[in-house]
Amino acid sequence: MLSLHHVNIANGSFRLDGIDLQIASGEYAVLMGRTGCGKTSLLETIAGLRPCRGGRIEIGGRDVTTEPPANRGVGYVPQDAALFNAMTVAENLGFALRIRRVADATIAARVQEIAAQLGVESLLARSPKSLSGGEKQRVAIGRAMIFQPPLLILDEPLSALDDETRSLMHDLISRLLKNSPTTVLHVTHNVIDAEALADSVYQLADGCLKRRPIATTTPESTP
Amino acid sequence: MSEGDEPVESAVPMRSVGRLSDGLFRIVMITVPGVYVLLIALMLIADFGYMVTADADGGSAFMAALRQPSIQHSIILSMISCSVVAVLSVIVAVPAGYVLARMKFRGMAVIDAIVDIPIVLPPLVVGLSLLIMFQYPPLSTPLAKLLFFWDGDPNTSISRLVVYQVPAIILAQFMVAAAFAIRTMEACFAQMSPRTEEVALTLGCSRFQAFRRVVLPEADEGILTALTLAWARALGEFGPVLIFAGATENKTEVLSTTVFMQLSVGDLKAAVAVSLIMVVAAMVVLLITRLWGRGRGTE
Repeated sequence: MLSLHHVNIANGSFRLDGIDLQIASGEYAVLMGRTGCGKTSLLETIAGLRPCRGGRIEIGGRDVTTEPPANRGVGYVPQDAALFNAMTVAENLGFALRIRRVADATIAARVQEIAAQLGVESLLARSPKSLSGGEKQRVAIGRAMIFQPPLLILDEPLSALDDETRSLMHDLISRLLKNSPTTVLHVTHNVIDAEALADSVYQLADGCLKRRPIATTTPESTP
Repeated sequence: MSEGDEPVESAVPMRSVGRLSDGLFRIVMITVPGVYVLLIALMLIADFGYMVTADADGGSAFMAALRQPSIQHSIILSMISCSVVAVLSVIVAVPAGYVLARMKFRGMAVIDAIVDIPIVLPPLVVGLSLLIMFQYPPLSTPLAKLLFFWDGDPNTSISRLVVYQVPAIILAQFMVAAAFAIRTMEACFAQMSPRTEEVALTLGCSRFQAFRRVVLPEADEGILTALTLAWARALGEFGPVLIFAGATENKTEVLSTTVFMQLSVGDLKAAVAVSLIMVVAAMVVLLITRLWGRGRGTE
């Protein structure tokens, strides 16, 4: 579903060369690696926010290497949620549909539906500024999921949450993606995230991306 | 402490900060700026006091100044030119501030330095430079030579339409005010995370849509500040206006030049009266934008 063929990324003095990755349709892939090893750069390149200096990126069998982010069908949830503060929670959730000129009634219905799944119905009229960390992340996930992108990219969305909220988010993400065709690439430091959510785990270290078993992904084995 | 409550011997001595030192810090931090704020207040109080005491029946000089047709003209012209300049400045400042804050390209440092020129240059020099610039073609070329369809005065040039005319006031004020507005917008965009804009791109926006729907609405306070600042700069602009637009009564005289003209003919009362009009106008604009900004902020 998502394939990277010898992808090269350069950002100032930082480089990643010859990255290969194959993720099957509907798979929940977790990408782990040390801070500064290029995980976020790799995600941003897949989303089209950073130029790909070489190689090929395919999403759903389509070459998107030079496509603008809007045409890639990638739902993106950054670490800090990056909600649109000038809009309400409901407007944040419905944003991708409004850009696609979906009818207002359909947008309202979809927003209600996804808000119910995420448990944020009571927050719809609120400003994102007044939300807690967990609430912000739920809205950010809903905003990225509402247009049913074939690929969902999560960049450490749970890193700032306490343990209890984190495990609630695990349940919520699992429920949301159950029976969904969406493929997920989730970057995290946290082994518990990987164990709770992952179908497969990849490790980015020393410029190399390798698949590793989920079970042996213990904190000690993380370089 | 697992070993009971016995004091732990440490090689590093305990630190003891005196309350006196903290108290002194507060006094100094409050007093120094307090003197400055007091100076501003006293300055304005003196203006008002002068107006009240200068006349036996207090305030009549103020009303007399307001009744003068030339001063009325200058008030109206100032309000119009300042508002036009504020809007023009923001129109330029929004894209300029965005480019300076977000984009990287060759020659960026040069452009950055050029934007500072109107801020650091003596205002008088801005006016003089504008005057010199309009001596050269194509600005000084008769329009009949430039535009084949021109059937007005054959000797009219852009220079003649602008210099010592109302457009000169606007241009002179704009040259300085826009630079301040650009720096304000640059600071505003620089403190906004580019992340929201990037998310908007992945959600289906073109660069322009992301800018219009996500970046601009979040920059509303910065835009308001830039607008206010440009308006106030334009109101206070004196040197370039006097040189480039002149100070012809009932034609190109604005409030700042009126103060100077009244002062130069020895009418201190009228000069102070017009100054007070400027003080009040500036305060009203500041107050309106602050209140509006606060109203939006609590929505």
